[in-house]
Amino acid sequence: MSQNIPGTAKKGIHELGAETKVGWDEVTQGVVLEPFAEPVKDVAHIRPEERNYTDFSSYTATVASWRVLKPVYNSDICIDCQNCWVWCPDTSIISRDKQMLGIDYDHCKGCGVCVEVCPTNPKSLLMFDTNENLDVALSQWPEKKKKEK
Amino acid sequence: MAKKFDINEIEVWDGNYATSQALRQAQVDVVAAYPITPSTPIVEGYGSYVANGYVDGEFVMVESEHAAMSACVGAAASGGRVATATSSQGFALMTEVLYQASGMRQPIVLTVVNRALASPLNVRGDHADMYLGRDAGWINLDAFNAQEAYDLTLCAFRIGEHLDVRLPVMMHQDGFTTSHKAQKVNPLQDEVAYKFVGDYVPVDEMLDFSRAVTHGAQTEEDWHFEHKAKQHKALMDSRTVIDAVFADFKALTGREYKRVETYLLEDAEVAIVALGSSVETALLAAEELRKEEGIKAGVIAPRVFRPFPYDLIRDVIDSSPLKALAVMDKSSPGGAMGALFNEISAAAYTTQNRPLITNFIYGLGGRDFSVEEAKRIFKEQKAHADAGHITTPIQQFSGLRGPKLGFFETKRS
Repeated sequence: MSQNIPGTAKKGIHELGAETKVGWDEVTQGVVLEPFAEPVKDVAHIRPEERNYTDFSSYTATVASWRVLKPVYNSDICIDCQNCWVWCPDTSIISRDKQMLGIDYDHCKGCGVCVEVCPTNPKSLLMFDTNENLDVALSQWPEKKKKEK
Repeated sequence: MAKKFDINEIEVWDGNYATSQALRQAQVDVVAAYPITPSTPIVEGYGSYVANGYVDGEFVMVESEHAAMSACVGAAASGGRVATATSSQGFALMTEVLYQASGMRQPIVLTVVNRALASPLNVRGDHADMYLGRDAGWINLDAFNAQEAYDLTLCAFRIGEHLDVRLPVMMHQDGFTTSHKAQKVNPLQDEVAYKFVGDYVPVDEMLDFSRAVTHGAQTEEDWHFEHKAKQHKALMDSRTVIDAVFADFKALTGREYKRVETYLLEDAEVAIVALGSSVETALLAAEELRKEEGIKAGVIAPRVFRPFPYDLIRDVIDSSPLKALAVMDKSSPGGAMGALFNEISAAAYTTQNRPLITNFIYGLGGRDFSVEEAKRIFKEQKAHADAGHITTPIQQFSGLRGPKLGFFETKRS
């Protein structure tokens, strides 16, 4: 089972700037934020987890606080078709070299599109309460459905 | 390199032409515009200067005023000097993006030619659009004639782009009365005007590829308040920069501007407070009334509508023998007192003098405001002053046909 999300040590632990809530006199002018800690060249060819993001980037910040249901991924059934990766509106399906690795719960809003487009039987992604333990969720996975005639 | 424009020491320009010349002389990099009456000639002029090589810039044709201001925000965030013009319905459509521009601290100059808001549809001048944008976080300058439209447009760049300010600036002038009336204007030569405005200094510009920046971030209850407070402080603090820029402009041209203009106020017992071209009408009425009837009449005119000059209004009231003020609002107040009345009253409340203050709604949809009507209003203020209390409803309508319309009686005598 592969629920490990690739990322930097920082990733996903920060609400946007919540760890240092400064006053009005210290916020940046015009809400301008610097996403990278150092100058970056050719950023399109560097994987997100290898970029030197600051705390004030949309990568390190979690924006999933309003999620109610979350998709849980079952690697035993998944056929790595990449349908969920293609359809996810928040780039929250983590796939490397056409291998499905898991879900980025810091950016997934719980829309359920990935579950809808999953073609396997039973589905490799199912929606559970966002607070559900992943092992408990996987233990409740349904059996393969028989074809209806 | 832009070609030099041949300019005489004295020109006969209308407010629109004067403004477009100021945009050219400031060498604005990008004007994105969707033309609308009566401001059209401003952006049309800039477009022709680009086409004929008199400015090194881009004229961006867009599909709406919302898009115009959006393109201006993008161009400003990229690191350019940016301006546009609009009026009325176009201003209304821009409103959402006006708040984006100020929150993003982009020093865009918007030359507004004031026009009534529909319905009923109307192309004539009143201050409905100015009032619509008054909380948008922009600096608001107000020109009363074509010369001032030219001068203040140049000043607008200096003020907004100042690194301690970095806020967008609106430069207002009255539709048709100022924008289309040819008047004597003393312009500056190109190199003198550009030297006054200065080179644009970009801040956090997106075209600096060595340093990636995020513009237009989202904040919620944890950060929004601090950012808005910082923006408000910058707007309040811009008063000192405005004063300094006006001082520089006076040193260069001899023409003096103040955040509050006063006329004949030293010994004035009654005064009219107004914005726009009505200021000159009221001044003419005050001069005549002094000669004809010995009424000590004066005029107070906020040159800067935002940040509102509470400090100077209070000084002005306490340093003159004023007993009664008529505050003129050229916008339908929608169930309240006029906005200028509210601001002046708030400032006056904490003065020693505390004059009697009444509100006139006037000039809606371009209804003429005559010298005779200004005299009548002065005389009414004199009656309040003599009686020691307000003898009419607090809010009245000036120049309106039909039965007299007024609201709220005074409880103070």
